[in-house]
Amino acid sequence: MNAVDAQVPRIELRGIDKNFPGVRALDGVDFRLDAGEVHALLGENGAGKSTLIKIMTGALAKDAGEILLDGRPVEIDSTGQARALGISTVYQEVNLVATLSVTKNLTLERQPTRHGLISWRLANERARERLKRLNLDIDVERPLGSYSIAVQQLVAIARALEEDTRVLVLDEPTASLDAREVELLFAIVRDLKARGIAIVFITHFIDQVYAIADRISVLRNGRLVGTAPAAALPRLKLISLMLGRELAHAEDRRKGVETAAGGEPILAAEGLGRRRYMGAFDLRIGAGEVVGLAGLLGSGRTETAKLIFGALRADSGKMRIDGKPVTIRSPRQAIALGLGFCPEDRKAEGLIAELTVRENIILALQTKRGWLRQLPREEQESLAREMIDALGIATPDAEKPVGQLSGGNQQKVILARWLVSRPRILILDEPTRGIDVGAHAEVVALIRRLCKEGLALLVASSELDEIVAVSDRVCVLRDRQKVGEIVGADVTRDNIIHTIAGG
Amino acid sequence: MKERYLPILATVGVFVVAYAIGGVAFRNFLSTTVLGNMLTDNAFIIIAAIGTTFVILSGGIDLSVGSMIGFVGVAMARLDTLGWHPLESGLLLIAFGTLFGAFQGFIIDFCEIQPFIITLAGLFLLRGSCFMVTLDSLPIQHPFIGVFSDWHIALGGGGRLSASALVMLFMLAVAVAIAHFTRFGTNVYAIGGDRASAQLMGVPIRRTTVMIYALGGFYSALGGVVYALYTASGYPLQAVGDELDAIAAVVLGGTLLTGGVGLVAGTLFGGLIQGLITTMIDFQGSLNSWWAKIFIGILLFVFIVTQRTIMRSFMLRRAA
Repeated sequence: MNAVDAQVPRIELRGIDKNFPGVRALDGVDFRLDAGEVHALLGENGAGKSTLIKIMTGALAKDAGEILLDGRPVEIDSTGQARALGISTVYQEVNLVATLSVTKNLTLERQPTRHGLISWRLANERARERLKRLNLDIDVERPLGSYSIAVQQLVAIARALEEDTRVLVLDEPTASLDAREVELLFAIVRDLKARGIAIVFITHFIDQVYAIADRISVLRNGRLVGTAPAAALPRLKLISLMLGRELAHAEDRRKGVETAAGGEPILAAEGLGRRRYMGAFDLRIGAGEVVGLAGLLGSGRTETAKLIFGALRADSGKMRIDGKPVTIRSPRQAIALGLGFCPEDRKAEGLIAELTVRENIILALQTKRGWLRQLPREEQESLAREMIDALGIATPDAEKPVGQLSGGNQQKVILARWLVSRPRILILDEPTRGIDVGAHAEVVALIRRLCKEGLALLVASSELDEIVAVSDRVCVLRDRQKVGEIVGADVTRDNIIHTIAGG
Repeated sequence: MKERYLPILATVGVFVVAYAIGGVAFRNFLSTTVLGNMLTDNAFIIIAAIGTTFVILSGGIDLSVGSMIGFVGVAMARLDTLGWHPLESGLLLIAFGTLFGAFQGFIIDFCEIQPFIITLAGLFLLRGSCFMVTLDSLPIQHPFIGVFSDWHIALGGGGRLSASALVMLFMLAVAVAIAHFTRFGTNVYAIGGDRASAQLMGVPIRRTTVMIYALGGFYSALGGVVYALYTASGYPLQAVGDELDAIAAVVLGGTLLTGGVGLVAGTLFGGLIQGLITTMIDFQGSLNSWWAKIFIGILLFVFIVTQRTIMRSFMLRRAA
């Protein structure tokens, strides 16, 4: 690295403004990124991280301010231009085309040509080389959609990594990766850093920030509220910067709910399973009880939830609700029986982006009532308002299309949907995925409150701390099998890890 | 086996089975004469359908195809009366068709309007224009017509590969090259697969959209030229509704109407299956020719349902 690099930032954003209808997304933001550093960009949902990144990568136009690349002012009007300048991005959601092959995804718009035509043999070779840097060895000619989300994410990163990449933006790259994959990714990030690439790292995992970042910048409500070296910024200070308030310490969690031990559980599954999808498992949930589903990525957490909810039909086993045998064939039937399900992939499975916040919130309740008995408009509005207040959903009003909200707020809308339908058994799959620290605490608090009211909860999460914090009992999964159950005071991080690892 | 070849295998399978049934049921069905005629008779619609394939692969639709064929026919016939050589007028009209398609593509992208509406407007515009050119059927009397229809390659066994069929096969090869060996072709698949992602990946959406509909216009105008040369006439009501035959050929060829999945080569077989059914009805003799439509309708239905099932099992495997 030469002396110039040390003085002139690789990329510098000065006084960036961006307005959306009714929202000031960015307000005079300065951001400085040096060569060979990993710079974590943090902030709550709606703080303006995504907007800032999109401006830096040409996906959005700024309203005011300037961008300097290696000291020279540049105008970045398109993603193509940003890439030509050496700025590459991996977005939060996998932004690749699932129907195209891995090779086509990796080489789109830059396929090697011979005599004017694309040489797929060469393209395949290049695709394999790219993946090799991530230690990924897959059939590059198959459609991307036939691989798991984790693999798709790695392919997205492989795509962003260029020979001439100078700035790499990673927008929550670890959201869908398991611990081993995160380590793999970090090794790659450190390698890139050593090669002088400037890296912006956006994440919600505070641990990961301290594991990888050299500097931290915090955005709040569209303003930059602080930039500091990671070593000089203690955790508590960071979190209070992000929240703009001190984090309330979580109260001691209650243990061992009486009903869980003795009486008939609300829901009992015996040998429920589906061939080639999820091994047969037993599961009991009592009133007021929180059962956690723990396991690594791909261990069968979502699968378990879907089988119980009837999103996929089980081909073996029995289910009983209140002791009565039931066969759940569809989510509609499950809802009628008092079940609720917040899915993990809210973009694809939960929310209808074009519908408004209010319409999304009343959806399940309306389904339960039947479409012939329309919920009165006033009641819809009051329910929506109540939920927006209770969950702190950041939206100007209840009539905004859900697709325009930020990720965490979308998650809250899903939660609100099930809460208004007053289920007796609620299944939460990754309830805090893509949610910032503040909202995270709110969601956990909410889960506790719900249980006190007698709701039975099944929580699937990849975050062990979250499982430990909320669960009375934990079912541990591995490779689509239930491998153990941990109860009460034994529910600790160590015990879960031991169960996952052990025999 | 790669998933992407499943739909076209189904198409080719249906074609072979239908062909075999024809061969068993009717004498002389398996002759090269029947094959040659089938390629010639369906050349124009397959050419037009090739253009439609690109449009559908990108997740769009083009309803102006039939009107374009009709308009090119009457315009060529009118220019013929003014002494133009059919090749000259043909080239002019192909250029017109390409520009017309490009304009439709531009409006679709620039104004963010559904292709259905824009190309429906194109359908009415061109069909109305046909009647501005002539109200009656006009013959094309240039001697080149005779040259074009006589020229052929003998297939052996009495069959002929006509100039129309050759143009069709050549343009198919060009289309396959465009679809699978150019960046533009890959971009078409990308836009049809996931438009938002394609944009984030740097695909030039506007340029590609304009080119897609320009290509659609090019191929339907070329289909019109071939049709005019084949029928030696222009008639304002020619090819009414043929855009739907083209769409049917594309879907029978294994391309998903939602875009992103399909093979251009499949459209050849999709078009030939329709031709085959028509030919079989002709051979049968006693059935009304509209029975062809009924069979094509049934086949389309079965295809769509089968594709849906294939895609669903594909998605399931992805989830598992």
